Amino acid sequence: MEPIEQEDLVKLNQAIRRDIVQMIGIAKSGHPGGSLSCVEILSVLYFRIMNIDPKNPKGEARDRFILSKGHAAPALYSVLAHRGFFPMEELLTLRKFGSRLQGHPDMKKTPGIDASTGSLGQGLSISVGLALGSRLSGKGYQVYTLVGDGEIQEGQFWEASMAAAHYKLSKLTLVLDYNGLQIDGKNEEVMSFGNIRNKLESFGFEVFEVDGHSLEQLEAAFKSTVKDRPKCIIAHTHKGQGVSFMKDQVGWHGKAPNDEEVARALSELEGF
Amino acid sequence: MNVKEIKAPRVAYGETLVALGEETHSIVVLDADLAHATTTNLFGEKFPERFFNMGIAEQNLMGVASGLSLAGFVPFASTFAIFGSGRAFEQVRNTICYPKLNVKIGVTHAGVTVGEDGGSHQAIEDISLMRSIPNMTVVVPADAVETAKAVRAAAAYDGPVYLRIARPPAPVFIGEDSEFVIGKANVLREGKDICLCAAGLMVFKAMEAAEVLQASGIEATVVNFHTIKPIDKQLLLELAQKIDKMITVEEHSVIGGLGSAVAEVLSECRLATVKRIGVEDKFGQSGTPDQLLEAYGLTSANIVATAKAMLT
Repeated sequence: MEPIEQEDLVKLNQAIRRDIVQMIGIAKSGHPGGSLSCVEILSVLYFRIMNIDPKNPKGEARDRFILSKGHAAPALYSVLAHRGFFPMEELLTLRKFGSRLQGHPDMKKTPGIDASTGSLGQGLSISVGLALGSRLSGKGYQVYTLVGDGEIQEGQFWEASMAAAHYKLSKLTLVLDYNGLQIDGKNEEVMSFGNIRNKLESFGFEVFEVDGHSLEQLEAAFKSTVKDRPKCIIAHTHKGQGVSFMKDQVGWHGKAPNDEEVARALSELEGF
Repeated sequence: MNVKEIKAPRVAYGETLVALGEETHSIVVLDADLAHATTTNLFGEKFPERFFNMGIAEQNLMGVASGLSLAGFVPFASTFAIFGSGRAFEQVRNTICYPKLNVKIGVTHAGVTVGEDGGSHQAIEDISLMRSIPNMTVVVPADAVETAKAVRAAAAYDGPVYLRIARPPAPVFIGEDSEFVIGKANVLREGKDICLCAAGLMVFKAMEAAEVLQASGIEATVVNFHTIKPIDKQLLLELAQKIDKMITVEEHSVIGGLGSAVAEVLSECRLATVKRIGVEDKFGQSGTPDQLLEAYGLTSANIVATAKAMLT
């Protein structure tokens, strides 16, 4: 892996946030809120943690990443481009007809995408299959899955959680982007989870709770070892993190910024 | 017709998975708490490390199968037809077919011959659902021998396959040496007056009907459409050039299955009239398989009557 200094990673995160705002602004559609909330999670994974090679994106022993919250695709595309999977210029083709960068991740079109996702609640199941495959093949790669908080309302997520614990999938890491908001409002108003940590623990995960915008806390949680059970990192985040007028605002879940809003957001992100 | 034995197609499914498992380590099998009914328990007993029971959770079943395929394995995900096609429809669509993953969905207990469990468990719309998904291949074997061939063909094919396998013991009449190519229907009998296009357990009924028709001086062609998708368009058009009356027979709704597939092709050439025999847009119910086949008109007698009505 190409080493990256902490200071550079902070700068990189700002660049990723600029990409997200610009991409969605030019596409005139997309999901800025949940893309901005998971930037640190993705950059730590792709620049500090995962064993991957952009020159060999299909290498059989590589670690896998499944973006179950597929609407955060702009964040992942930016990270993949910065990591060298495809040219940076391509980012501005997001959601355009003929683009390799579809509205939601498409493994058949985009280099570096490990599974096609977007329909919520399905990514953890794919990851369970990959983690079983990691063990059965003897390759031993790690499997990381990022889920949104809203999507764990899907029953399939809990089916997959049961299976991950039942099969003692210690190569599997679930990251929960816990920003508290979903399209129709706050999680607790739309459909409350109760005590999410207790639920995940009782389903068999070893749970870590971190500030999802802290590079140090995320890295430490990713590097902590677990035995005979899957890991879950509850990452407390802010929707729209980094852009003052989008932060914690549910209205920015799935709305594109206009030109003026793009300019305002970029000026905030430049000044970091 | 040479009937060699009576055997449940689902048993041939489990036995063939075991044989494949011995031949290649890439075959893995998943089930959702129905392993004894689908007969995947045979594979599980022989290769416990390559058998994964997902519990009563079909949506997860399909996702985990996708992951195993992404890890380089060839998964057969098994459950009943009603759950594999219905409960997990959107998982099959988005997680398996959209990226064209190499996942085989082997379902048993299709159609009304599920029997006593009743209408809630009798999938009569699964072919229609699965056929409508891009990248999906739909295979419906006629008996136990053809089931074994179909399982092997599915394993060798690169992409998603829906294998629809019948539950009850049924006559074995397909020859061991008959050719099985996905997408190529097999003409079992040739006759100039009418063409019977059948799938699954109804192929045998069509063959019985052809014998009865022959006694009345009517010569029937019988075609085994073991692959509903892709439908053998070329053969259908060739047949329609010679025979302008066709009957489709399937243990499925008349909406969206083999009858629809045949009618879709022939409506573009206007060469033949198509009559569809199947479940007439109704749910199933409890009863013995034979009682239900009779009640829904899935009998050789109904095929004979329909053919005679078309010819007069």
